[in-house]
Amino acid sequence: MTTAVVTGLGITAPNGLGTEDYWKATLAGESGLGPVTRFDAGQYPSRIAGEVSDYVAEDHIPSRLMPQTDHMTRLALTAADWALADAGIDTTDMPEYGIGVVTAASGGAVEFGQRELQNLWSKGKEYVSAYQSFAWFYAVNTGQISIRHKLRGPSGVLLTEQAGGIDSLGHARRHIRKGFPAVISGGIDAAICPWGWVPQIASGLMSTVNDPARAYLPFSEEAGGYVPGEGGAILLVEDAESARTRGAATVYGEIAGYAATLDPAPGTGRPPGLRRAAENALADAGITAGDIDVVFADAAGVPDLDRAEAQTLTALFGAHGVPVTAPKTMTGRLLAGGAALDVATALLALRDGVVPPTANVGAADPGHTIDLVTEAREANLRHALVLARGHGGFNAALVVRR
Amino acid sequence: MRRVAITGLGVVAPGGVGVKEYWNLLTAGRTATRRISFYDPSPFRSQVAAECDFDALAAGLSHQEIRRLDRAAQFAVVSTREAIADSGLDLSALDPGRVGTAVGSAVGCTTSLEREYAVVSDGGRKWNVDHEYAVPELYRHFVPSSIAAEVGLAAGAEGPAAVVSTGCTSGLDSLGHAVELIREGTTDIMIAGATEAPISPITSACFDAIHATTPRNDTPESSCRPFDRTRSGLVLGEGAAILVLEELESARRRGAHIYAEIAGFASRCNAYHMTGLKPEGLEMAEAIDAALAEARLAPDTLDYINAHGSGTKMNDRHETGAFKRSLGDHAYRTPVSSIKSMIGHSLGAIGSLEIAACALAMEHGILPPTANLHEPDPELDLDYIPLVAREKKTDAVLSVGSGFGGFQSAMVLARPERSTS
Amino acid sequence: MSTTTATVTLADLTRMLRESAGEEEGIDLDGDVIDTPFMELGYDSLALLQVIGQIQREYGIEIPDDAVVDAETPGALLALINSGRATAA
Repeated sequence: MTTAVVTGLGITAPNGLGTEDYWKATLAGESGLGPVTRFDAGQYPSRIAGEVSDYVAEDHIPSRLMPQTDHMTRLALTAADWALADAGIDTTDMPEYGIGVVTAASGGAVEFGQRELQNLWSKGKEYVSAYQSFAWFYAVNTGQISIRHKLRGPSGVLLTEQAGGIDSLGHARRHIRKGFPAVISGGIDAAICPWGWVPQIASGLMSTVNDPARAYLPFSEEAGGYVPGEGGAILLVEDAESARTRGAATVYGEIAGYAATLDPAPGTGRPPGLRRAAENALADAGITAGDIDVVFADAAGVPDLDRAEAQTLTALFGAHGVPVTAPKTMTGRLLAGGAALDVATALLALRDGVVPPTANVGAADPGHTIDLVTEAREANLRHALVLARGHGGFNAALVVRR
Repeated sequence: MRRVAITGLGVVAPGGVGVKEYWNLLTAGRTATRRISFYDPSPFRSQVAAECDFDALAAGLSHQEIRRLDRAAQFAVVSTREAIADSGLDLSALDPGRVGTAVGSAVGCTTSLEREYAVVSDGGRKWNVDHEYAVPELYRHFVPSSIAAEVGLAAGAEGPAAVVSTGCTSGLDSLGHAVELIREGTTDIMIAGATEAPISPITSACFDAIHATTPRNDTPESSCRPFDRTRSGLVLGEGAAILVLEELESARRRGAHIYAEIAGFASRCNAYHMTGLKPEGLEMAEAIDAALAEARLAPDTLDYINAHGSGTKMNDRHETGAFKRSLGDHAYRTPVSSIKSMIGHSLGAIGSLEIAACALAMEHGILPPTANLHEPDPELDLDYIPLVAREKKTDAVLSVGSGFGGFQSAMVLARPERSTS
Repeated sequence: MSTTTATVTLADLTRMLRESAGEEEGIDLDGDVIDTPFMELGYDSLALLQVIGQIQREYGIEIPDDAVVDAETPGALLALINSGRATAA
C-alpha cells in the first residue's frame, strides 16, 4: 500500500517560533507558559497561558489579508508557508488537483468572532464586518491556506476538540492512499481572548494555579487542571514515492498507524476508548506494543483523566514499560493544534534520537506506574506513539515511524 | 471493494419533523420560507428564513437533553433516532467499535453561543465577559465536536467520530467521510449526516453584510427563487438529516431495506476566493467527474441532478456551467432541481438533507421540483423542474454542493444492482 | 430621508480602503488611481462591501446596494456617493 510520509514541518508554538527554535527550547525544557498578556485576565480564576510571543503578523501576512483574518488564521498561514518551504516543494510542479488541505479546528477564530458579536450587540448590525461570514468559522484555515497556495485538491476540516490534530493527519493519509501526491495537514488554534477563556473556565478543567511553573502538572500528585495555549503545527504529508521522485530533502518519518474511537456512554460500565485507539493504531502500523520506543501522552493534567491514561499505558506496555513524555507542559494544551504539534515533536525526536522532557513535573505520582521522562533522554527511536483525547469522549492515536 | 448502502433516514426540516413530513413538503412543491419569527428581523436587510417548528419534548428529547444540547445537536439526536429505527438495526447487538459517527455542521452551536454571549457580555457591553454568568454547557457549545459525541452517544457508537466542518459542503463531505471509513474497513456502519441551526442575529448580520441573502421581504413564501430571472439571494434555513450507512453486503445479508448506494464522492477546492466563484465552475465539474469515475458511471447515465441551487446570481450560473462541462449534451436532457427553493439553505446541513431527498426520489420515482421558478433566466437553459414534482424512475442521481472557502463537492447515488461502465 | 451633503474625497476613500481591506503589494494607492478599476487595485467585491460599510458608518449615509456592482473605479464610487444618490441613514 502507498506510504504516507511527512516531508515538511511548520511550527508556531509558545516556546518557539519555527521548527528549530521550538525544538531547541523543548529539548532544553524551556516553557512558554506565563501570565496572559493578550487580554486583562485579572478578573478570572485562571490567568496563565501559553502565548506565541514575538510573532509580528505584518512580517508574515500580506496587507490585503490582515483585515479578514484572525490571529489564529495568521499563525496557520505562516505555519503552512513554513511547512511548504521546509519540504522544498514547488506546488506548481504538482498535478492540478494534486494537493489537498485538511486541518483540525475547535472553537474557530474566536477573537474575530467575539469582536463581531460585540459590534452587533453593542452598536448594531451595520458594524458587523463583511468578513465575519467566513473569518471566524471552523473551515477558515483550510480555505485560506488553499487560496494562498492555489491548492485545488480535496479539502477537509475535522472537529474532535483536542484529538483533531491527529484526526486531520489520519485523514490526510487517506487522501494519499487514494492517489493524491500531497496534503497539507495538522492544526493551529488560538483562543486566548475573553470569549475563548470563559467557556474553558465553564468546562471546570482549567487550572486555577497562577504560577506558570506549577499550573499544569500532568501525571503529578499536584495535577489540578490544564493551561491553554495557542499555536500548533502544519505538516506536509506526502506520498513516499512522489517525495522520492521529486527529490525531497527531508523525510521526517512515516505516518505508519492511525485510529480513532469514541468513549462509551457513561453508565455502560464499558472501558474508555483510549486503549482501543492505541491498539488499533498499533495494528494498523503492523507492530506490537514492544515496538514502540516512546509515547507522547495526551497528558490532560486532570487527576481522573491522568489516571485513566496512565492505566491505559500500563495495560499496553506494562508498568514503567515505555518512556512517556508530555512536552505540551511547555506550551499548554493547544486545542486543535496540540496533537499536531505532538506529532511534529515526535518526528523531531525520531530524527535526533532524543526524547524531549516533561517540564515542571519533578516526578510522576507514584500511583501512576509510568516511566515519565522529565529530563531530555537520548535513545535510539524508531516508533513513537502519539495519543490525544478530545472533550466529549474523542480518542485518537497515531504511530510515526522513522 | 467494500460498497456502502443507505439503509436508514432521519430528518428534521422546515415544514415538519420526520421523513414523511419532509417528503410531503418536497413533492407538493410547498415552501417553508417565512418572515423570521425567532427574533425581530426588522433591522436586517434580509428578513426571511425557513424555520423549523420544532418541539423538542414532542420530538422525544428528555428534559436533560434539552438543557444540555444546542438546537443543532437536538435536531441531530432526533434525526439519529429516527434513522436508526428506520434502518431496523439493533445496534446493541453489534460491536459498538465498528459503528462510527460523522456529522457535518458549518457553524456548530452558533445559536446557543450567541445567546450565552449576550448574557456574559451583558448585551455586548463587556469585552471581558463574565465567567460567573457562564452556563455549565458553554464549553460544549464552544466546541461543536460535541454534536458528533452526542450522536455517537445516542447511537451507542464507539468507533471513530467527528464533526466535518467545511462550510456549506459539510453535509456532503460528512457523508463522503463516512463512506471512506466503511470502504477502508475501519467501520461497518456509520451514523452520518449533518445538522445546522444558524438562524440567529449574528448569522443574519454577516450574510447581510455581503448581500448573500435575499432582500425580498414582501413575499416570504416565494423569496427563494433558484434559476429564476428574479432570484436575489439565498434564504437561510435550518434542520438536520442523519443517515444510517452500511457495508452493502452485510446490509443485504440481513435483508435491510436499501434506499440507494453511495457510489461516488469527491471534493475539490477552487483556491480562488473565500466567498466568490468563477462562472465556469471548473472545480465543481472536476468534483463531478471524479465522483462519477469513482461510481464507474458514465455522465449520460445520470437521471437527475439535485443542484446546490442557492438562488444567488453567481451560484446558479456557476453550477449550470459545471453541469454542462461534466455532462456535455446530456446536461440538457437531465432534470435538475433545487429544494432550497422550499426549505432554504441550512448551510452545513443542506448537503445531507439533499442526499436524503435524492434517496427518497429514487425510492418513490418522484423528482422534487424547484419552487418559485416562474420566469426562467434566459442564461440558464437546463430543465430545472419548475414548480411541480415530476414522476421519473431514477437509477443514478447526482447531488452537488458549493461553499465558502471555495469548497466544491459532488456525490453520486445509484441502485446497487446497476451495471457499471 | 434626505440627500446627504457629506463629501468624500479620494484621500478619504484610500484611507478607508487601507483600513477595511489592506493594500495590494505593488499598488500605490496614493498615485493616480481615480479611474483605475478596483479589481486592478486588488480589491474584490468583498473588499468593496467592507469599505462601503465603513463609509456608511463614518458618514451616516446609506449607499444603494448596486453600488458594489456598478461602481467599478474609485472615481465612480465617489461620484455615486457625492451625487446625492446616497441618502442620510
